[in-house]
Amino acid sequence: MVEDANKVFKALADPSRRKLLDRLFEKNGQSLNELCLQHDMSRQAVMKHLDLLEEANLVVSIKQGREKLHYLNPVPIQEIYSRWIGKFEQPRLQALENLKQAIEDRENDKS
Amino acid sequence: MTKVEFVYTTYIKSTQQKVWDALTTPEFTRQYWGCELTSDWKKGSSWHSVRNADGQTNMIGKVLESSPIDELSFSWHLPDSNQESDQSRVTYKLETIADTVKLMVIHDKLESGSTMATNISQGWPLVLSSLKSFLETGTALDVWSLKPCIAASTQTKQEKVGAK
Repeated sequence: MVEDANKVFKALADPSRRKLLDRLFEKNGQSLNELCLQHDMSRQAVMKHLDLLEEANLVVSIKQGREKLHYLNPVPIQEIYSRWIGKFEQPRLQALENLKQAIEDRENDKS
Repeated sequence: MTKVEFVYTTYIKSTQQKVWDALTTPEFTRQYWGCELTSDWKKGSSWHSVRNADGQTNMIGKVLESSPIDELSFSWHLPDSNQESDQSRVTYKLETIADTVKLMVIHDKLESGSTMATNISQGWPLVLSSLKSFLETGTALDVWSLKPCIAASTQTKQEKVGAK
């Protein structure tokens, strides 16, 4: 799990790779050719970045005919969010839940 | 209308049988998904999803392909929409790689820019990371207290529109 998170952070640390993810967010399921057209990088550089993104599971590719289509996979980012940010939200949610309970109790007392 | 598709993957330290069971058993889906997905998951059978929160049926469909523990494909739409164009398709692909299971979810035949496309693209990452946590640690994610179910938000919006 820690190893997976390292790969994700490493993959996200590069602006060109984040740009590639943005491109896929705008239009999911692009081929290497499509991604190269929009990018001012060499085909080889785009390929290398895509490999790293796939390794981190941030991009998933599927073969369709002769082409390989690339899809944005935000699941690892969700995992990091849940692990590091979700837990900070928990006390706030609990506070809301307590408030709701208190209001409902008061309503019940009235009736 | 242009159709779009989304592909999600997660790697879960578990067995393929356990991942399959977690996806196809209502007692499990209610724990990490916030909904009970019920069917015998045989080709041609129907399936439906019932929200834990209020017991409402929020999503239905038919099983299109089923080869237990490897692949499952089903149609996916709101209970009140019968039009062919409203029906999207979900496919689970399971594969064992060493001591982990690679689970791929492909959701296609979605209308580009539709509420459903937006909701499922927010929902699947939540469902999959919750499922991973559920199988690896025994605890599903708390995210469901915020978003009880991917289908739930779609339904709520529909209801709101209907109420106006």
